[in-house]
Amino acid sequence: MMDATTLSGEAIAAGSLAPARRRLSWLMLSPAVGLLAVWAFVPLAMTLVYSFRRYNLLYPERNGFVGIRNYEYLLSDPSFWTAILNTLVLVLGVLAVTIVLGTVFSLLLNQNFPGRAAARLMVIAPFFVLPPVAALIWKNLLFDPLNGFIAWLLHLAGLPAIAWFTHVPMLALMVIVAWEWTPFATLILLTALQSLDPEQLEAARMDGAGPTNRVIYIVLPHLARPAAITIMMESIFLLSIFAEILTTTAGGPGEATTTLTYLIYIRALLNFDIGGASAAGVLAIVLANIVAFFLMRAVARNLEA
Amino acid sequence: MAKLELRKVGKFYGGFEAVKSVDLTVEDREFVVFVGPSGCGKTTLLRMIAGLEDISSGELFIDGARANAVPPDKRGLAMVFQSYALYPHMTVAGNMGFALKMAGAPKAEIAEKVQEAARVLQLEPLLNRRPRMLSGGQRQRVAIGRAIVRSPKGFLFDEPLSNLDAALRVQMRTELVKLHQALAATMIYVTHDQVEAMTMADRIVVLEGGRVAQVGTPLELYHRPANLFVAGFIGSPKMNFLSARAVAIGPRETTLELAPDRVLAFPSPAPALAIAPGAAVTLGVRPEHLRFVESGPLRGVVDVVEHLGVETLVYVKESSGGTVIVRTDDLSRVRQGETVSLALHPDRGSLFDTAGDALFHLSPT
Repeated sequence: MMDATTLSGEAIAAGSLAPARRRLSWLMLSPAVGLLAVWAFVPLAMTLVYSFRRYNLLYPERNGFVGIRNYEYLLSDPSFWTAILNTLVLVLGVLAVTIVLGTVFSLLLNQNFPGRAAARLMVIAPFFVLPPVAALIWKNLLFDPLNGFIAWLLHLAGLPAIAWFTHVPMLALMVIVAWEWTPFATLILLTALQSLDPEQLEAARMDGAGPTNRVIYIVLPHLARPAAITIMMESIFLLSIFAEILTTTAGGPGEATTTLTYLIYIRALLNFDIGGASAAGVLAIVLANIVAFFLMRAVARNLEA
Repeated sequence: MAKLELRKVGKFYGGFEAVKSVDLTVEDREFVVFVGPSGCGKTTLLRMIAGLEDISSGELFIDGARANAVPPDKRGLAMVFQSYALYPHMTVAGNMGFALKMAGAPKAEIAEKVQEAARVLQLEPLLNRRPRMLSGGQRQRVAIGRAIVRSPKGFLFDEPLSNLDAALRVQMRTELVKLHQALAATMIYVTHDQVEAMTMADRIVVLEGGRVAQVGTPLELYHRPANLFVAGFIGSPKMNFLSARAVAIGPRETTLELAPDRVLAFPSPAPALAIAPGAAVTLGVRPEHLRFVESGPLRGVVDVVEHLGVETLVYVKESSGGTVIVRTDDLSRVRQGETVSLALHPDRGSLFDTAGDALFHLSPT
């Protein structure tokens, strides 16, 4: 399979296709490539350009090339480093929770029990809820210290209510985002479990591996690859979490839940500093690429194994 | 060292009876092959012996001890699966040593036993590879190695050669027979391929629709099939079945009528056949027990001639409508479209009643 693709790739590179045919293939590709270029490269290029310019919507007449001043200002700003830290805490925390819960749910949902189809649907359901809606449900129906469901449960247990977004804002945010993304991890891991050869489990049974050992030695290694892919895909989405923050904490209290994405929003749309926001955006791209680089390497190694 | 005893073993899936009351004893160190078409229950029977399926009814004894409720790893049996079922993320050594690791054996002992099995199976250079880097034949060997390392009382094979190409299959077949001799262990082998069954087995169990059709040595099944199913299943090309009518059943001679004015007489067996004169019967004749003659009881037109080198298969469209296959030597000069006459070997053949059960056999054994 690998060999076949490399071979055909070499064949194209060596120019074995007739020129006319090659022109035609480029012609056929061009709408998609063009659309992609407009969609991805134009905004990227504009962000890059703005990041080296003084460009504030409050003073549109005072603009011009300022070199790396936007970056200097940003890197010396403590809120930038707070935002980076918050982003990492949020992404890594949610990743850990979703992978663990996703594995547990997928193992449970892969068992045979009455009502399994309904249970699967229930576990997957949060994924269909739009992020602002999910955040509002949690904020107003569950986390609310006066009327919320959790406050009521705590009251029944004789415990005082917790003002989630005041006292543990990051934890509250992580709970919401993890609730949204656990279904995604569950779905991928459940599909992976269904592709596990049942004869492997039977062979392990014959070899004397009990249920726990079968999970440790057969099932979990089988899930390593899909888990790596889940981590990669989730990271891409989690780095750009925004709606949940806007609808619950608005980055606060203070800067407790201001992530890099949210910082860019504050700079661009609250402070009208397009240049500074663009610089933060470029740094966010760099950060995302560093994460992607390590993840791709991990996944690639995993795919080889 | 394992003697297996099945007493009226049955398997139900809901209302469907997959295995119907099988009685069977597998002697210690015997190589027994379960053979039959797909869906005959052979794999289910094997899985019940392995403990991977519950036994719905009846009893299983291993070395005299009732084993119905014994978990699979405690039965002392090792299984080689059709898909090999190797653990993809473990090395060859890891795969082979897994059972010992689960049993809590010390590392040195595991390494020693794995090394020993690898030597027997010529897997030593591959011990650090992963299964996906191995060829089909090598994977097969690792799967067998994984079974050997456990030093089981018996081996269970579930169609282990069906994923290999034809040449490798023939090679592995002889290797398995040698392995059986070297290990002196009880082996049960499931296949749908009657050639594998004939070449490897001490005894063959032919299964049909969840029932045991016949148990016997390969040659017993070949020469003395208990019924039409076994007669048709064992042997390739298939045994020829000719419908006939018993005309006269005398104390010395029995006469069959294949078609009006074409009769066949042979010495009556003792005791005499328990059928009424005029009853319909089926005469079974193997292709190699027919020969071309000037004038014989069978006549027909040659339809297809297959030259296989060592032998020639001739398909003769018989005058009564059926096709008869004749196996002859390659020097045969029979041509397609020719009208030929066939004679039966004087003391070979089987006679079956209308229910398909054998009435008697003309055979050397």
